Amino acid sequence: MSVNLTLLTVMGALYACGIYLILERSLTRVLLGLMLLANATNLLILATGGYAGLAPIFDKDTPAVDYNDPLPQALILTSIVISFAVTAFMLGIIYRTWVLARQDEIQDDAEDRRVAETPSFDAEDDSVIPVETSEFPLAMVGSDGPVPTGTAAVMSGGRPVRADKAASEEQPGSLNVDPRKEGGGK
Amino acid sequence: MITVLAVHFAVAAVAPLLFRKFGRNSFFALAAVPAASFIWLLLQHDAVYSSGAITEVVPWIPGLQLDLAFRMDALAWVMSLLVLGVGALVLVYCARYFENKDDYLGGFGAQLLAFAGAMFGLVTADDLLLMFIFWELTTVLSYLLIGYARTRLSARRSALQALVVTTAGGLAMLVGLIILGSTAGTYRIQAIVELAPALIAGPAGGAVSAAVVLILVGAITKSALVPFHFWLPGAMAAPTPVSAYLHAAAMVKAGIYLVARLAPGFAETAPWLPIVLGLGLATMLVGGYRALRQTDIKLILAYGTVSQLGFMTMVVGLGTPEAALAGLAFLLAHGLFKATLFLVVGIIDHQAGTRDIRELSGVYGSARALAIVAAIGAASMAGVPPLAGYVAKESVFEAFIQYSSESGTGPWLLGGVVLGSVLTFAYSARFMWGAFAVKPGVEPTAFKPVKPAFLAAPAILSLLTVLYGLWPAPVDGWIQPYAELFVDGPESSPGHLTLWHGITPALGLTAVTFVLGLAMFYGRNAVARLQALVPGWIDSDRAYQYTIGALDDTAVWITGRTQRGSLFFYLSVILTVAFVLPLTALLLANKPLPEGLYFIDPGAPLQLVAGAGIVIGALAAVRANKRFLAVLMVSVTGYGIALMFALQGAPDLALTQMLVETIILVAFVLAMRSLPPGLRDRTGGKYRVIRVVIGLAFGVTMIFVAIYALGARVAPPVSLQFPQLAYEGGGGLNVVNVTLVDIRAWDTFGEISVLALAATGVASLIFVRGRGDRIRTSATVAEGTVGRRTGARGSTRDDAALAMNRRFAAATRDAWLVAGRTLAPERRSIIFEVVTRLIFHSIIVFSLYLLLAGHNLPGGGFAGGLTAGLALTIRYLAGGRFELREATPVGAGTLLGIGLATAAAAGMTPLLLGGEVFQSAIVELWLPVFGDIKFVTSTIFDIGVYIVVVGLALDVLRSLGAEIDEHFEEPAEPPEDEESGGAPAEAPVEAADAETTSKGRT
Repeated sequence: MSVNLTLLTVMGALYACGIYLILERSLTRVLLGLMLLANATNLLILATGGYAGLAPIFDKDTPAVDYNDPLPQALILTSIVISFAVTAFMLGIIYRTWVLARQDEIQDDAEDRRVAETPSFDAEDDSVIPVETSEFPLAMVGSDGPVPTGTAAVMSGGRPVRADKAASEEQPGSLNVDPRKEGGGK
Repeated sequence: MITVLAVHFAVAAVAPLLFRKFGRNSFFALAAVPAASFIWLLLQHDAVYSSGAITEVVPWIPGLQLDLAFRMDALAWVMSLLVLGVGALVLVYCARYFENKDDYLGGFGAQLLAFAGAMFGLVTADDLLLMFIFWELTTVLSYLLIGYARTRLSARRSALQALVVTTAGGLAMLVGLIILGSTAGTYRIQAIVELAPALIAGPAGGAVSAAVVLILVGAITKSALVPFHFWLPGAMAAPTPVSAYLHAAAMVKAGIYLVARLAPGFAETAPWLPIVLGLGLATMLVGGYRALRQTDIKLILAYGTVSQLGFMTMVVGLGTPEAALAGLAFLLAHGLFKATLFLVVGIIDHQAGTRDIRELSGVYGSARALAIVAAIGAASMAGVPPLAGYVAKESVFEAFIQYSSESGTGPWLLGGVVLGSVLTFAYSARFMWGAFAVKPGVEPTAFKPVKPAFLAAPAILSLLTVLYGLWPAPVDGWIQPYAELFVDGPESSPGHLTLWHGITPALGLTAVTFVLGLAMFYGRNAVARLQALVPGWIDSDRAYQYTIGALDDTAVWITGRTQRGSLFFYLSVILTVAFVLPLTALLLANKPLPEGLYFIDPGAPLQLVAGAGIVIGALAAVRANKRFLAVLMVSVTGYGIALMFALQGAPDLALTQMLVETIILVAFVLAMRSLPPGLRDRTGGKYRVIRVVIGLAFGVTMIFVAIYALGARVAPPVSLQFPQLAYEGGGGLNVVNVTLVDIRAWDTFGEISVLALAATGVASLIFVRGRGDRIRTSATVAEGTVGRRTGARGSTRDDAALAMNRRFAAATRDAWLVAGRTLAPERRSIIFEVVTRLIFHSIIVFSLYLLLAGHNLPGGGFAGGLTAGLALTIRYLAGGRFELREATPVGAGTLLGIGLATAAAAGMTPLLLGGEVFQSAIVELWLPVFGDIKFVTSTIFDIGVYIVVVGLALDVLRSLGAEIDEHFEEPAEPPEDEESGGAPAEAPVEAADAETTSKGRT
């Protein structure tokens, strides 16, 4: 139960500065903030080791409590090297952003903004579907017999289309052709 | 049973190939599968009925108590008859319904056949979870089948609606099934039903009731009962064969089946009867009422199906022997006549091109056979003797008359059932009239002749309807064993299905039904006028639309409020929570500060000074408005922390931190040389106040959290054992290093994997393609071409230096660096090259020393690798990228791979030798010159770590250094074939011009 306030105070200062920096638009400063946070965390882990002690190089005459705690040290060593890798990766990102967009700023995500502006009306869900009373609209198109004349074609965009093709021309969201007006064997 | 299932799914899997070759006639081949299974089923009759049931069990997932358990008893057998028989006929029918040229027919056929298999699995599964799997399989296949006409909006929307409704119910059901299964301690359906009385009476009776309600929700949605009935008429957007099979004969019966399956045990639970009878009756009446309003003959049938699904739920769920018999009898009869009628509708639609009763006229004249088939079906639906529907409905009336004498609600139910039957009669008549009659004022419908093959399926079904009606004894025999499950006394008996019961009250009710039904049909105009007066205020479909619409809007609203697209906002929220919660907890707990607080460590008083330096560095980093100044200040804190480590007694950490700090500083400079030097604070104003507040509050919170956390320690540290362990088990004196490579080797292995990933990430961010291992050797590079730049000439002093450099460069003899000559003279530094030449190899040797000595002295793979990386950095800075290439003929990717492989081998080899993963061994041997050597095998792991770290450093240098160099260099000669509009990075950018370019090159 030993609490080194010097280490913790320095840690607190590093956390405060790091947080201040990562709440910034400049990508470089965010990275610097992250590095400060990593340093602060290393100090926190170091503080868990208690009092300063001997370097943990085994000597059979030294009791274990005299060493500085080796476990936090191993954890910090891992943390240092990982932070290095992350920093290098972030540097790559910063450079790439600069090359692509010529800026070192974190932009607001336009895609997120767009989601908020999604209209309540969705054609797929909300558009009105006219009543369909046949799977074989407009004409008799079964292969069991010849297509009766006079009902087999509809005008679509100024050109005649075979009735059985007309249904498949419908695009998602577009209004279906109303079968009852055009044909249907009347 | 498992074979039947397997064949269904296997043939379904190859079905698309069949269709590609044989077109629509492949449906005949598919139909053979359920047809053969049907014959197999008939052959199983004696086995099932003599022993009560046949079972097959194959263990599947023992941990979940989930087996492939199938059990065929009377109920499953009867359901399978319907599923397989109607399935085969519908597939035959499909062969003439669809056209050859449809590209999606193969997938459709496969789905339909797979559906038959899934339905068979559903009714034979004896495991709750297995049944649920088949249940959801039918839901998904139904979604695909309804959405067959994928270009039609109506089909897509209906398919999704059916999916959403039935899946929602299915999820509720799953919860119920799990409650039931875990309460009962088994998931076997048969065992649970047998245990049911004990469960209901037992302490978990409440849980069982809740489970039953949840399961019924699943059944209600699947069988389209009020208030979820709307999806079934919507699903009529499916091709008619699908409607005939899924939405009349098979899938919608799954809910009824589930009710029938559980009724023997759970009809006694309190919520059962109110739900089953109440919703069943409501559905029956709503469906019948709405069927009378429809003008599309398919929708008349759809609402009729809804009505009769409610009817069947009531009967099957009633839980008396008579009702059980009547329920299954009606289920079979309904499957026969409703499938017939749907198939007839399909033929009419196919031949006439419409299903609208306002356009159909005189079809009877064109297709007499079809009309007769349809008439049999419709008459059976209306309950006309001597057909199946009559026999079944008589027995239902009998059951409810019996129930009336036992229960107070009985007469009301009986009245409701009779009313529903009147509506059924009326819409059956309306269907026949609408589809076939000659209507005054409507042109006779042009109707192509119907081929016999097309009519075969409905004709066979109607033949069975007649046969069933005339000779109900076999059906009676099939159902009796199920009905007897409900017998609970000597005087209770299910009775028998017969065509003629004599003069009974039931017969009287039938007569009443016919009279009223006929009256409704003949007064149909009056009925229609009456219905028109009722506003459509209750419309479940619209309610569904509103619900989904409201859900969408809410989702958008919440997303819009929370996902603002601003990192600042997100981080502020997260960090605020991160300090408010612990701070509140600390304040509420109101604990005194722990003991053992101290500012000055007696062992390391200098920490105060180092700490002050760190804080000053951090504050300066915050305030710095020049990019490199800020980086430098952060480095100051880093070096300060290295000092802190050293003071605390952690030489390994201090060493590693120093090395990392140095390499990071170089990497920063390399990566940021293209960015403008200024570093404006862009989040100012009120945001700055927020940032200061959050930062300070977070820092203070962390201090107090750390104080209390550290003060909470009660046990001695586990690491007190470490020194002894390290020396005796790990064979090393450096406890930290042994911890890394031996005691916690898994951690380290994970870590070097992360390093390899990050290195690859850096390389791919800069190179975009590849990782630049193919850089040319220096021999191919012309002299003095690398890093050449023109533009602003310096002062005379610079000129003099340049002239000196030129002379130095010309002395090719005894070059200090291999690739030094490739650098442009103005980039070279004589002193740097000489120094590099002098110290490079020493540093490498030192790094190897750190690596090998690390087991006993400060050092190790990380420190060694970083040192080697530093040596490479110096080499690169002095001699340019070709020098780096000469220094490391092996690519960074190769190094990372070799390192990981070495570390992995160090972990795996002991396993092969019969030890544990990452177990280490101590080898003592004598070598000439070195004398006695104690070699610990975990050193091999450390060598892997070393190589990975070198690879990482090399990747950083090649990406952030060499590759960015190339981006900035002028091309050796004016590019002639370079396309304009390439990546801006390819264009030469003078470092001196970086500030101006920052203003926005396009």
